[in-house]
Amino acid sequence: MVSPAPNPNHETPSESEAKRPWPGDWRSHFRTTPQDIDPSREHDVIASDHTYESLTKHIGDLAMRRPVSLGWLVTIMGSLSLLGLMVISVLMVLLKGVGVWGINQPVAWGFDIINFVWWIGIGHAGTLISAILLLLHQNWRTSINRFAEAMTIFAVCCAGMYPLLHINRHQYAYWMLLLPNSMGLWPQFRSPLEWDVFAISTYFSVSALFWFVGLVPDLAALRDRATNPLVRRLYALGSLGWRNSALHWHRYMALYLILAGISTPLVLSVHSIISYDFAYSQVPGWHVTIFPPYFVAGAVFAGFAFVLLLAIPMRALFHLKDVITMKHLENCAKVMLATGLIVVYGYAMEVFFGWYSATKYEHYLTFETRMQGPYAWSYWALIFCNGLAPQILWFKKFRNHIPTLFIVSLIVSVGMWLERFVIIVLSLHRDYLPSSWGMYYPTFWDCALYAGTFGLFMTLFLLFCRVLPVIAIAEMRELIHHKLHTQHALHGGDHHDHGHGHKEVKH
Amino acid sequence: MTNELIQIQDGKVNFGLFDEVAVAPQGGCGGGCGCASESAGDSGTPANFIPLTAVAQHNKLELADVRSELNAKNGPEYWRSLNELAQKPEFEAMVNREFPGGAPASWQGVSRRNFLRLMGASLAMAGLAGCVRQPEERIFPYVKQPEDLIPGSALFFASAHNWNGYGRGVLVESHMGRPTKIEGNPDHPSSLGATDAITQAALLTMYDPERSQSVTKNGENSDWSAFMGEANALVANLKATRGAGLRILTETVTSPTLASQLALLQRQLPEARWHAWEPAGFDNSRIGARQAFGSESSVNYRFSTADVIVSLDSNFLMDEPGSVRFAREYADGRRVRTRSGQTKMNRLYTFESTPNITGANADHNWPVRAGEIAGVVRALAAKLGVAPAASVLPATVDTKAIDAIASDLQAARGRSVVIAGNNQPAEVHALVLAINSALGNIGQTVLVTEAVEATPADSLQSLKNLVADMNAGRVDTLVVVGSNPVYTAPADLKFLDAFKKVGTRIRLGLYNDETSNWCHWHLPQSHFLEEWSDVRAHDGTASIVQPLIEPLYATVSVHQLFSVLTGLGSRDDYNIVRDYWKTRAAGLGGANFETWWRKALNDGVIAGTQAKPKSVSVGSLSLQPSAPVVSGLEITFHADPYIRDGRDANNGWLQELPRPMTKITWDNAALLSVNTARKLNLNNYEMVKLTVGGRSLEIPVWIMPGQPDDSVAVHLGYGRTRVGKVGEGTGFDTYTLRSSNNLWFAGEAKIEKTNGKLFTLAITQEHHRLDTNIPGSPASAQKRGEGGKGDTMDSFHDRDIIRVLTLEELKKKAAGAHDSHGGGHGDEHGKPAADAHGEDHGDKGHAEEGHGEKEGHGGGHHAHPNLMPPVWPSDRRGIDANGVPEYDPKPEGYNGNPVPAWGMAIDLNTCIGCNACTTACQSENNISIVGKDEVIRGREMHWMRIDRYYRGDVSNPESYHQPVACMHCEKAPCEPVCPVAATAHSAEGINEMTYNRCVGTKYCSNNCAYKVRRFNYLQYSQQDTVSLQMMANPDVTVRSRGVMEKCTFCIQRINEVRVQAEKEKRPIRDGELKTACQQVCPTNAIIFGNVADKKSAVYAAKAEPHNYGLLEELNTLPRTTYLAKLRNPNPALKA
Repeated sequence: MVSPAPNPNHETPSESEAKRPWPGDWRSHFRTTPQDIDPSREHDVIASDHTYESLTKHIGDLAMRRPVSLGWLVTIMGSLSLLGLMVISVLMVLLKGVGVWGINQPVAWGFDIINFVWWIGIGHAGTLISAILLLLHQNWRTSINRFAEAMTIFAVCCAGMYPLLHINRHQYAYWMLLLPNSMGLWPQFRSPLEWDVFAISTYFSVSALFWFVGLVPDLAALRDRATNPLVRRLYALGSLGWRNSALHWHRYMALYLILAGISTPLVLSVHSIISYDFAYSQVPGWHVTIFPPYFVAGAVFAGFAFVLLLAIPMRALFHLKDVITMKHLENCAKVMLATGLIVVYGYAMEVFFGWYSATKYEHYLTFETRMQGPYAWSYWALIFCNGLAPQILWFKKFRNHIPTLFIVSLIVSVGMWLERFVIIVLSLHRDYLPSSWGMYYPTFWDCALYAGTFGLFMTLFLLFCRVLPVIAIAEMRELIHHKLHTQHALHGGDHHDHGHGHKEVKH
Repeated sequence: MTNELIQIQDGKVNFGLFDEVAVAPQGGCGGGCGCASESAGDSGTPANFIPLTAVAQHNKLELADVRSELNAKNGPEYWRSLNELAQKPEFEAMVNREFPGGAPASWQGVSRRNFLRLMGASLAMAGLAGCVRQPEERIFPYVKQPEDLIPGSALFFASAHNWNGYGRGVLVESHMGRPTKIEGNPDHPSSLGATDAITQAALLTMYDPERSQSVTKNGENSDWSAFMGEANALVANLKATRGAGLRILTETVTSPTLASQLALLQRQLPEARWHAWEPAGFDNSRIGARQAFGSESSVNYRFSTADVIVSLDSNFLMDEPGSVRFAREYADGRRVRTRSGQTKMNRLYTFESTPNITGANADHNWPVRAGEIAGVVRALAAKLGVAPAASVLPATVDTKAIDAIASDLQAARGRSVVIAGNNQPAEVHALVLAINSALGNIGQTVLVTEAVEATPADSLQSLKNLVADMNAGRVDTLVVVGSNPVYTAPADLKFLDAFKKVGTRIRLGLYNDETSNWCHWHLPQSHFLEEWSDVRAHDGTASIVQPLIEPLYATVSVHQLFSVLTGLGSRDDYNIVRDYWKTRAAGLGGANFETWWRKALNDGVIAGTQAKPKSVSVGSLSLQPSAPVVSGLEITFHADPYIRDGRDANNGWLQELPRPMTKITWDNAALLSVNTARKLNLNNYEMVKLTVGGRSLEIPVWIMPGQPDDSVAVHLGYGRTRVGKVGEGTGFDTYTLRSSNNLWFAGEAKIEKTNGKLFTLAITQEHHRLDTNIPGSPASAQKRGEGGKGDTMDSFHDRDIIRVLTLEELKKKAAGAHDSHGGGHGDEHGKPAADAHGEDHGDKGHAEEGHGEKEGHGGGHHAHPNLMPPVWPSDRRGIDANGVPEYDPKPEGYNGNPVPAWGMAIDLNTCIGCNACTTACQSENNISIVGKDEVIRGREMHWMRIDRYYRGDVSNPESYHQPVACMHCEKAPCEPVCPVAATAHSAEGINEMTYNRCVGTKYCSNNCAYKVRRFNYLQYSQQDTVSLQMMANPDVTVRSRGVMEKCTFCIQRINEVRVQAEKEKRPIRDGELKTACQQVCPTNAIIFGNVADKKSAVYAAKAEPHNYGLLEELNTLPRTTYLAKLRNPNPALKA
């Protein structure tokens, strides 16, 4: 029962910090100007003038010292309104049934599954950044991993709601869990929907754990900086008695690495399994062997687009240009370009096999339904959004042009939504027997629930920005450490320097 | 009702929940409404009894008073107070005020779904007073005695359904006093054990909570005794004037008892007149027969011996009183079984003014405008030497066709039928009879008998006379029985204006409808399942109509009404019908009346009552074209296939039943040919103003491949304004365009656009018709820059869905198949790639055991070991020499008998697409209707649907029908995807749906290639409407929201016979069990049974060379297979 050592010398914000304009001229945040960042340094992973102290103060203050801005208030009010819409939409579905949506026979899955796959795809970037890039020693991941992980968790929250709602006997959703029951019946393990249950719940819990473990040292830092006893208490609860000891660091690093190891296959498995929801079936357009890698690439593609969509305004609004630099944005753009090409390869393969398989149903789906059918607009829009638009990122000039990055990310997010629309609706609405063909039109409640999930996501994200460090302080300090001691190379695994954290702020 | 009951039971009736003694002489409650009657009670005095005469003096009771009175009470006291209240006449008056006329007309704002719920509430209130009473009369079950009544096992009673005045014999399944399902009576000549969709749906009408429930006078609630009081006075007055001023208006009457009552009335009141009006009746054929033979006669057909059939705008498979039998006989003449040497097929030629199922089944069909059919008949008559002068043929028919048909007919003298449609003028019918006579068909395939109808009068003339008399003030009292002339009379007669001039208007009807609305007295009529009556079949055979249940509401039978009008007082219908037959039983071989009566009830037919054949000869015919010469755009009127002239408009099963050709539900539309629509620049769903004879109507357009050019077809029966929430607001009232001069078709119609207004029709197939990719749609033609004739369409999209062969091709294939097996040619597939278009679909994609294994072995052993061992005892082990899956006989089921492997074969060649199976399935399996909006969304619940496909020239495509229900795939794609194992295979090979276990992921439906699964997106089943609860089949779960459902092969029926077989320690016999769709099928197109049993009928069907599985290439191994559609074209007419 070791209690954390209290630190009486809480640092107060300096005068210059307090006077920093907030929220400031928002337009300036979207410009990359010489005043903001020295062009010679803008591709560093962190501004070189940062010290341990300045960094902790900068990030920690975002959560604790910053007054509630009007902008934040307006945004969260909007988000809460959308969240309210979501609550109403959910109640409608619970009370009336999924018939309030536009799904029908033959299109028995619609916005529910489209949005489920879309949200879960978005979540992928977070885990990829935190786990895979960690294992690959990509140090540029450090400043974006925290909020990317948060994004993952919130996106999975939004996604996870859909499978629960889309079944029409919500009261029995637990039958899909491995619970002993009076029916003496296990779930049916042959069904990919059952695999989904495990995949998503595992993904969510591991992601949440990974996120939380990463937060522990930072929460301790915040605890030590907190002035309000109640707030300090709350951060103390979260920091699990972190005392910055070498032993703590040793175990922390081991655990973090293990979790990264566990998460890495999950990045691949979750979306592979979600792709089995389709690939397992015999519906033309679903029964495709390329789906697992194609879905994973698509998810990373969509996830990085969403990271950019969040990072670009955030680095401006929270003055994080010194820690989220152009290098981060450009790297994200590169990942998008690479995964986008894999996705385009997938589209090409679908077209190729539509012809090469000589299966009349696949052929019809590819060349008639998708390219010429009533929903052909969605297919061609998809090709534009995911196939053509990201190609602009081949050019360094555009990779470093923030408005372009933002617009391309937006287009890619729409494109990835369209991809799910094309896969689900276009395949179902005309399958084998022309007598059963039908159309799918979403209803108000379909759209309301989708809009509502944005409310949930944004509310959670805005709260996260207010109460938790949006950048991993400890890891960033490690970067500074490496920067300061480049001549000493690595310190042979001696982590004691990390322990300087809150002592150094006294300087 | 309350009053009646109070009176009967001396004021001691009590509806409390705490009373135990039920002594009501009317019987307790059969319907489980939980009410019981009290004996003298605690107080011992009938304190609450208020004499009827006192009713009027009491003050008004308001709902608020009731509430305040009840609010003060609690627990048992509350209930006692409720009981006391319920007995007060003021209470009844209040209920009447709250729910005037039983079915309130003022709930305009209430949605249809809510309405049924509300009606449930009002019915519950009615139940408070009435409950379901067991009939007092003894009725006799078909097979078993009533004392055999076992809870849980059904009894069947014979009765007869009245179809446009003609009887169709039925056996009604009764569960504990509740009729739950209607089947055909195998002994009845019009039924032969099958029924049509309308008869199936009659059950729903009986339980319809919106049926008229009480007598009304001037729109206010009244009762039967009040009516009797006035009626007796009226009859007494009429006696004085010998009935002058009294008119009776009925529909077609064949009922011998009713006819005798009407005769009695006319004897008593000779000045009274009886009119009959049948809006979609058989006047023309009757008048045509009179013209041809010089006397009233009925014409009946025997298609079973007809080798050549020519239909001149006759939809004889659906629209004739004898249609169910005609369909059977027609199908018998087309069924081909090469294995048993049954390879003869009749040949059907049709000329149609709008696409119907008869034309869809024809070997040669010509779309011809209704007004031009006469020209075709004359040409045919001239060719056959019946008429001297030839005439001008319509453009779509060339003389070569007439020559070919004529020579075909000549070659089949005495074995052919030429039949004209009811919409064709009498002259056409007369000429057609002359043709039949010349072909020697009269007495062979065309039977002329004494008239079957009791009113062999021209119904249109009769109605015209009535209107003239009403206008002239010659009618003081009009009694309208059943008929709904305010709605159905031709518009030019202005019936309502004349009607209003009648002093006393009395109406007996099932619904408080348009006509009742204008009547002083409305009397609710008993449904045929609630009353005693009788009716004649199309061949004249009489049947007793037996009630299955005491009237649900305070309804009266038509016989009761005429008993009053003939001054005999309110005798009950049982005695009236019985007494009528008592006097005639002796003449029919019934020495002992009781025995005779029991037999008549038991059999459902009265032997020896069929109409007597007449020997006739065709007199000289006037061959002048007296038919209206149609010029300009023609409009044709047709009775709706299901709601007919509108009488079944409030029947949700029929409303939601897709029309066989258009697949439209809940509405009617103006049907236009592709060319005409192009010419007028119209597209589907577009509202147009249709004008004919100065009257116009706005109606949406539906483009109909196969509709004759320059002819617009509309169906009657829609646009009802007063019938109930189900029927009101559906469709468009085309009676407003109909004139008495041109009852069935008229020329010079005009179509105008209405600013592009659209109207959404609920179509169950081709939800995508607006799509420009569908070949044949005008939009697509415009897009492709095509136009005019020669456009072809293929709604199969080049898929192997319906295989079509000509008879010759089949014979060749069959011979080839036998050769290959006999001679051991290794390369021959056992099954032909049955496709008339020459593409060998059969070769493609049969991945596993399907067909590849049949190569080169004559024996029944499959050559290749199966890597996936069978899981269930009924999984196939291979394919035998006949191409039928083999099942290992070793696994033992109950009592050591082999496990059956249930399977189905559907003979597309005899399926006519009539939809009877869909309705039968709906009735048997408690399938909900969902309403128009949900159908538009594609959420209709029918477990069995009839798919309709087109192929060929858009102006006259080949049309195909294919019944599709769950295929019970041996490798069912739906099963592995369910996360909760709600759908799984049974050991007998049935893909079972465990409703309780379903959570509603809908993945099974997505993965079903046949899209036969149906999902309860919302709470569709009416679980809180009392009467609809009573209708439900107790052997089948009523599904609620969130549950996937689908065809189960009628598992409840299988289980029932299995229990019996187990008790008797024997296997289930072939044919012992029929699924609901199989049982109802007029053409025996559905064969069900144990495929593992090589002697079974289903095995024999599946062993035919033209048997194939739908989407077989997916390797789902469907247990339901199809026999290819066969065509028997005239070689002389090969294009």
